[in-house]
Amino acid sequence: MDFTLKVWRQEGPKAKGRFETYKVSNISPDCSFLEMLDILNESLVAQGVEPVCFDHDCREGICGMCSLYINGHPHGPDSQVTTCQLHMRKFTSGETIYIEPWRSAAFPVIKDLVVDRQAFDKIIQAGGFISATTGGVPDGNAIPIPKKDADTAMDAAACIGCGACVAACKNASAMLFVSAKVSHLAHLPQGRVEAAERVKKMIAKMDELGFGNCTNTGACEAECPKGIKILHIAKLNREFLKAKF
Amino acid sequence: MNKLDSKVPSGPLAEKWTKYKAEQHLVNPANKRKLDVIVVGTGLAGASAAASLGAMGFNVKIFCISDSPRRAHSIAAQGGINAAKNYQNDGDSVYRLFYDTIKGGDYRAREANVYRLAEVSNNIIDQCVAQGVPFARDYAGYLDNRSFGGAQVSRTFYAKGQTGQQLLLGAYGALSAEIAKGSVKLYARREMMDIVVKDGHACGIICRNLVNGQLERYSGHAVLLCTGGYGNVYFLSTNAMNSNGGAAWKAYKKGACFANPCFTQIHPTCIPVHGDYQSKLTLMSESLRNDGRIWVPKEKSDAERLRRGEIKANDIPEEKRDYYLERRYPAFGNLVPRDVASRAAKERCDAGYGVNETGLAVFLDFKSAIERLGKKKIEERYGNLFQMYQKITDQNPYETPMMIYPAVHYTMGGLWVDYELQTTLPGLFALGEANFSDHGANRLGASALMQGLSDGYFVIPYTLQNFLSSHISDGPVPTDLPEFDQTEKDVRERIDSLFAIKGNESPDSIHKRLGHIMWEGVGMGRTKKSLEWAIEEIKKLRAEFWKNLKVVGSADEMNPELEKALRLADFLELGELMAKDALCREESCGGHFREEYQTEDGEAKRDDEHFMHVAAWEYKGEDAEPERHIEPLEYENIKVATRNYKN
Repeated sequence: MDFTLKVWRQEGPKAKGRFETYKVSNISPDCSFLEMLDILNESLVAQGVEPVCFDHDCREGICGMCSLYINGHPHGPDSQVTTCQLHMRKFTSGETIYIEPWRSAAFPVIKDLVVDRQAFDKIIQAGGFISATTGGVPDGNAIPIPKKDADTAMDAAACIGCGACVAACKNASAMLFVSAKVSHLAHLPQGRVEAAERVKKMIAKMDELGFGNCTNTGACEAECPKGIKILHIAKLNREFLKAKF
Repeated sequence: MNKLDSKVPSGPLAEKWTKYKAEQHLVNPANKRKLDVIVVGTGLAGASAAASLGAMGFNVKIFCISDSPRRAHSIAAQGGINAAKNYQNDGDSVYRLFYDTIKGGDYRAREANVYRLAEVSNNIIDQCVAQGVPFARDYAGYLDNRSFGGAQVSRTFYAKGQTGQQLLLGAYGALSAEIAKGSVKLYARREMMDIVVKDGHACGIICRNLVNGQLERYSGHAVLLCTGGYGNVYFLSTNAMNSNGGAAWKAYKKGACFANPCFTQIHPTCIPVHGDYQSKLTLMSESLRNDGRIWVPKEKSDAERLRRGEIKANDIPEEKRDYYLERRYPAFGNLVPRDVASRAAKERCDAGYGVNETGLAVFLDFKSAIERLGKKKIEERYGNLFQMYQKITDQNPYETPMMIYPAVHYTMGGLWVDYELQTTLPGLFALGEANFSDHGANRLGASALMQGLSDGYFVIPYTLQNFLSSHISDGPVPTDLPEFDQTEKDVRERIDSLFAIKGNESPDSIHKRLGHIMWEGVGMGRTKKSLEWAIEEIKKLRAEFWKNLKVVGSADEMNPELEKALRLADFLELGELMAKDALCREESCGGHFREEYQTEDGEAKRDDEHFMHVAAWEYKGEDAEPERHIEPLEYENIKVATRNYKN
């Protein structure tokens, strides 16, 4: 397969970015999107051109490191996959593909397609945990947890923190990310103790860091590579309201 | 004095750890504040160690190669974590978990460490539940278990197919809490370049800031390496792209012995290789072997027709299928340990029964499980794995059997550590996959997560105190010491020397060639001849690297090509040591299969008389041969036997 790539290049956080056009050819349909970029980069290196920087690590859809905005979709056109699990068979040979970084004020570009997502870490540090220091905890079976709750908690906890929800949202809201953590912990008895404090602190931090508001458009759910449901945003709102009283 | 003093406490096995804890030195809270601890790596071992040590009151600095601690490759572990809870009332116990781990490791692990691991395994589950790890539960709300290879009990706790993710997020949460409190300081997008040693003690590290390329100095009273394994030496492995052996290799060059480098684990159930552009291999969790049955055609002609695409797996009737694991190992069937399963797959493929276009694959079939349990149940158990398989291969595993083949997955070898997890370089500790200690020559499934968290939550908080108790009056370690100047200068020169080559071949291209040599020469089956060949080829390739490498860009910016080149330079040395170690170990054990040493029916043949020991290599300088030290292994509590998974 052959493709024309329009790739966002930006030397640094303050530099002005631009699209560069590259051609790649003889790409196998079984090649992953990132492997296609590897091939592009190898050819750039051969020409002595600096390769395109992009974030990636596990290449099996779980670390949340890859973060490409492809043809206007976070992680590209396929549903419920990360960029590393997107394969070229999802494209048509001859197609022009636009590749951009996540766009959000809270995720500034570091270089080319690499953005700084430390804002997510800061939201978690604000309260996205249970304060159980090592040792001195009861037996794992001391508190039974209804299977339904454990399963719902797991569904929310499947978030990989990639930031696709923010990139997809017209307001660059982090509500889906925040709600996934709040909902995960709120569904477990162990998480109830700090539930009110947690939701207040995480929301305050999210606002402080410049993420936008949620207007229930649902783009985040549609683009989430792990299929996290906006039901969790409803849970977040409920927890937030409860925490007020 | 012997270079390798394991410092195993005396007394009966079951009481050693209790005795150690009772007799060790502690550091009081006021003094903890005066002590700086450097933790390199944020996977299960690093995150749990930093969170625990921070909560205790030490000043911790933690270094992360990615943008966030949550990206560490522990996140990708799928199947589960073992513990001796015996919640299933099926005969499990601390002793049984200890025994299975030693046996699974083919009697090449240190008894006392493994017993301690089994002992604290239950605390790990409790800790994780308290942190909100959403383990699978039954309808009564209690924790559920499943089985993994090498065990006859169900002791594996799991969170769907994302157990590693959930455990890491638990540890990441605990770490985040400490970062918020200020007890731990996080340095993201940093790669450790070297260890600073003063008067024979590790006292700091030099890091490269991966955003701006600057070299940075950090000091501490102890350095903990939690940097994972070196499986990426093979280029293609299940490891993440950034996983590398650099930190461990730097430690080796600074005086830490490297133990059993040849012990690598080839995981039996991975998606087969499909093209030369491929960047990594994807694991399909071992848990699939709970319900999936592995087979190849009984007749070669069927295998050939499958390879040519003339027939499909489902066209082959039941009586023409060879469920070779069930045939060879009736007692454990599809749940034999990983090394056994991998070799059996290789044996069938080498004999001409392999499937896929390449002939390098076997089937993993869920047909009978779906008939027995229904599609819904299978979906509940393995839904995300099936989805992942389908996304990658474009085939539906509910309808047609999966195709799998072994791939490099884990390295049992690593930095030699004593009972306290200290390397032979005082002040330098190694935790998790980075050390060699608990898995012998083969790691059982669901034991890596257990070991990483055991080291971080429940071992190092004790043993590090014992070490630091003699450093309470040291005062802060300044970073303007001549040792820091020198080490930073060495790092800078190494980086400059890579740019100075100005050759024609990219790091990835050379790395692929190294991977090929390693897989052919130091792979699943090794011989004297293949190892000697590999050593020569690696030497040649290394010379080529230093003549013909091409690194574009510059050192003072974000430069992934430079990162790759630096890591590859280390792999090109480490690969040779792996081959040397494999050559010296003239026996087969666990993942180390020397084809010259096998039984008549193709099983690994150990030589306990000559090789019941850990081999730990000491660096002796650039042009000198490394020295091979030996730590004899003594089994006082286990009867050493030939591993038998047949009956």
